[in-house]
Amino acid sequence: MKGFKFILTGILFGVVMSKSEAISWYRIQEMFRFQAFHMYGIIGTAVVLGVIAVYLIKKYNLRDYQGNPIIFTPKEKSVTRYLLGGILFGLGWALVGACPGPLFVNLGYAYWPVLLAILGAVAGTFVYGVLQDKLPH
Amino acid sequence: MLETLSQPWPWYVSGAVIALIMVIMLFFGKSFGFSSNLRVICAACGAGKHLPFFDYNWKAQRWNLLFLLGAIIGGWLSATFLSNGEAVRISEATIQDLQQLGFAAPQGMQPEELFGRESLFSFKTIALLLGGGFLIGFGSRYAGGCTSGHAISGLSNLQWPSLVAVIGFFIGGLIMTFLLYPLIF
Repeated sequence: MKGFKFILTGILFGVVMSKSEAISWYRIQEMFRFQAFHMYGIIGTAVVLGVIAVYLIKKYNLRDYQGNPIIFTPKEKSVTRYLLGGILFGLGWALVGACPGPLFVNLGYAYWPVLLAILGAVAGTFVYGVLQDKLPH
Repeated sequence: MLETLSQPWPWYVSGAVIALIMVIMLFFGKSFGFSSNLRVICAACGAGKHLPFFDYNWKAQRWNLLFLLGAIIGGWLSATFLSNGEAVRISEATIQDLQQLGFAAPQGMQPEELFGRESLFSFKTIALLLGGGFLIGFGSRYAGGCTSGHAISGLSNLQWPSLVAVIGFFIGGLIMTFLLYPLIF
């Protein structure tokens, strides 16, 4: 089954987010209160290693497993949408204590009320689709 | 082995594995970004019939739904086989701040006040979880990505828009934590 590798990668993601407690509302509160290095260490390490990896992929024109070039699509230039959207996202992130990935990891952890937040997130995405043309980007 | 894995993993291990996941996805010819799944779910439910934003070939994104499925399984595996049941070891300062807001010291991964079974019977927690989720879904699509797409994939590719988004994440998070939490809890 071709999709199996994505399930395996997702499992790795779910396990690492759980085991480093990054799915915990407490850890997110601790981060926003600047009371521990933990979450900054996780994101910082991921970004520093990520920057090096992307640099090497570009420098050596590495290809994916099917032999196609690895393409990075630049994000469209703007400030409004990233800042406004980012602020709204941050409000929700700090309230629920989870971003989209951890929402689903918490579901696997059997914290059932998180289903409400997932439902809300799907609804929010839908409403963005409704209002997209009317919002400043 | 299992005993070692059951301990909380240090931040540098977690950060390195997350970078590895991003690189694995690139070598699979995909990009690491979780919130796109929420758009896929809307499209799969037929939202594309009425709204152009959801009228796209979402079936080409099935790989991301499989990743999502894996994330759920990963959470279940961790809770079932890799957990020693210990409370999250957050700093004493955070415990005290949260106690002032009415949250007991951690007993497990999540606060019972928000994620316990009883919260399903409280109008306030239902509204908070639905509303918070709504902001996460609306905001991530408006900003074109969430923590994985912007903070990890975008910053790794030195994208200025992603930095703006991450600054936005923190502005929103700080407003919620320091201005709104005292009003809500």
